[in-house]
Amino acid sequence: MEAFVVHEGTAAPLRHSNVDTDQIIPAEYLKRITRTGFHDGLFAAWRTDPDFVLNRPHHQGVSILVAGPDFGTGSSREHAVWALQDYGFRVVVSSRFADIFRSNAGKNGLLPALVDQSTLERLWEIVEATPDIPVLVDLDAQEIRAGDLVAPFDVDPAVKWRLLNGLDDIAITLSHAAEIDRFEEQRPAFKPVTSS
Amino acid sequence: MSGTMAEKVWDAHVVHPGGDGEPDLLYIDLHLIHEVTSPQAFDGLRAAGRPVRRPDLTLATEDHNVPTVDIDRPIADPVSRAQVEALRANCAEFGVPLFPLGDAEQGIVHVVGPQLGLTQPGMTVVCGDSHTSTHGAFGALAFGIGTSEVEHVLATQSLPLKPFRTMAVTVDGELPEGVTAKDIILAVIAQIGTGGGQGYVIEYRGSAIESLSMEARMTICNMSIEAGARAGMIAPDETTFTYLKGRDHAPTGTDWDDAVAYWSQLRSDPDAEFDREVVIDAASLSPFVTWGTNPGQGLPLSEVVPSPDDFADEVQRHAAQRALEYMGLTPGTPLRDITVDTVFVGSCTNGRIEDLRAVADILRGRRVADGVRVLVVPGSVRVREQAEAEGLGEIFQAAGAEWREAGCSMCLAMNPDKLTPGERAASTSNRNFEGRQGPGGRTHLVSPQVAAATAITGRLTAPADLAV
Ligand code: SF4
Repeated sequence: MEAFVVHEGTAAPLRHSNVDTDQIIPAEYLKRITRTGFHDGLFAAWRTDPDFVLNRPHHQGVSILVAGPDFGTGSSREHAVWALQDYGFRVVVSSRFADIFRSNAGKNGLLPALVDQSTLERLWEIVEATPDIPVLVDLDAQEIRAGDLVAPFDVDPAVKWRLLNGLDDIAITLSHAAEIDRFEEQRPAFKPVTSS
Repeated sequence: MSGTMAEKVWDAHVVHPGGDGEPDLLYIDLHLIHEVTSPQAFDGLRAAGRPVRRPDLTLATEDHNVPTVDIDRPIADPVSRAQVEALRANCAEFGVPLFPLGDAEQGIVHVVGPQLGLTQPGMTVVCGDSHTSTHGAFGALAFGIGTSEVEHVLATQSLPLKPFRTMAVTVDGELPEGVTAKDIILAVIAQIGTGGGQGYVIEYRGSAIESLSMEARMTICNMSIEAGARAGMIAPDETTFTYLKGRDHAPTGTDWDDAVAYWSQLRSDPDAEFDREVVIDAASLSPFVTWGTNPGQGLPLSEVVPSPDDFADEVQRHAAQRALEYMGLTPGTPLRDITVDTVFVGSCTNGRIEDLRAVADILRGRRVADGVRVLVVPGSVRVREQAEAEGLGEIFQAAGAEWREAGCSMCLAMNPDKLTPGERAASTSNRNFEGRQGPGGRTHLVSPQVAAATAITGRLTAPADLAV
């Protein structure tokens, strides 16, 4: 997983609250057998509307999503995170995340940056007024900067540590590889193997 | 130090202690995989350039999506076919043993592991499927995991986990004639509720449990998840050892003796403390059926369809109302008067040889009711062959039932065996959720014995109700 220290990009304002995972990616996309390539399913129902924020010409190439409260509610599908990442997002800013979405995002390297409602409103105003304004997300300092806005954000300490170090769950476990080796050496001989 | 069986198995598998509220890293002895929850896990490995750490502790089988007739033809549904093909390609690429459709060892993942002797006491067993709890019947700590955890186990053969709480469900006394393991577990779920086991590993104990065969114990542990529990366990004993002895992957020679000595000390210590205890009197149990749309909505067959007003709890009242509407049932109707269109015998709950024998005993010399579709689906190719060797297949067919190939079949609506909207089934499977067996389908969960008797009369029926 790529380490996340400071990210600078442009942002898309998504003025919706209660965006559930079905809206992020509809169930029909879950039948796929790959882990990537879900960008086409992101917000599929809304993307047919030419006026939808991601369809607007000056919000192309965005990497920061600024979404209303209760983002990521509903079914626990990890595909919601994959779709956001496949589309190019590295950060989702919101004033409230659904728990499971927040943990799925952290696990997969998408930064869920929690801000208070007034910061959220300010960010919306700023990026709506100047769509190409650079937005800086400094994970170490837990700070978002855009124009004259400098605001703190909240992130789970474990998620922060893992993002700063670019570690996924598996990499963390593999840092204990020597212990796994030792454990395997002591396993009783009577335990079965699947190969004949 | 005294501990519960679950704690002993846990402690024996800690690779790296978490401490301080952090998860322990737990070693996984056996990882079972199937076509539905594994493709993205392999894709993740590929993307990160990681190998499967222990293909020799991993086993794959095709079960959820596969048809149970015409299995030599290509799978018609493109999504199912893609998943099965992905599993085959992934297993070949990563060196994982696979039992594909048509193989002599193919079957439902939770039937295959035990019948090969791969599931043994004291092991940790995981699979990307919630009914992995089945394997706990051997005194293994066995639980379902999600796709990203499947990838984790493939890559590391271990899993970071926070400890579970422990619950003891004690079933003492003698089971009345005609009452089965399925009735015990349906009664347990009705008592503690579908969320009652949340966060727990349930240990089933007591004289009624000890008297059960391994097949019956698997039926009970299988449905632990329907009580919300992460896993179910039963202490290994002579019944367990006898079942395992001589199986393909069971230890032999001095390994066997070492294993039995180890397995024998796994049971919970007499003074071990559980976080919660539930006691059930076996003698009070009778054949159980569900009337609603979750496995906790069950009653003895002798009862009537309840009214929403019977429930003091607002949430339960509402759930009952909705369930009755979906099920098309009228309060006050005797459960025995409910007619069915279909009977399904099979699944990882009741698709083993003992279940098929029980069904054959009832169908022998009888005919299924006119207009009732009866599917008998073995849990594995081995179960099918054993049933054939015992002449059970002939009995099913002579009675007018369809005798199918192995797979999950009508347990879930992912393959061609489905209910149509409004169609009502008595099913030996484990979930009666809305649409579980097909969109709009109506499911009554029952034991194999009740399923067979119901096939004869076309109404929910216990074997004892059949005229001799
Ligand atoms: S038989 Fe049903 S519950 Fe069991 S593994 Fe198959 S689909 Fe899941």
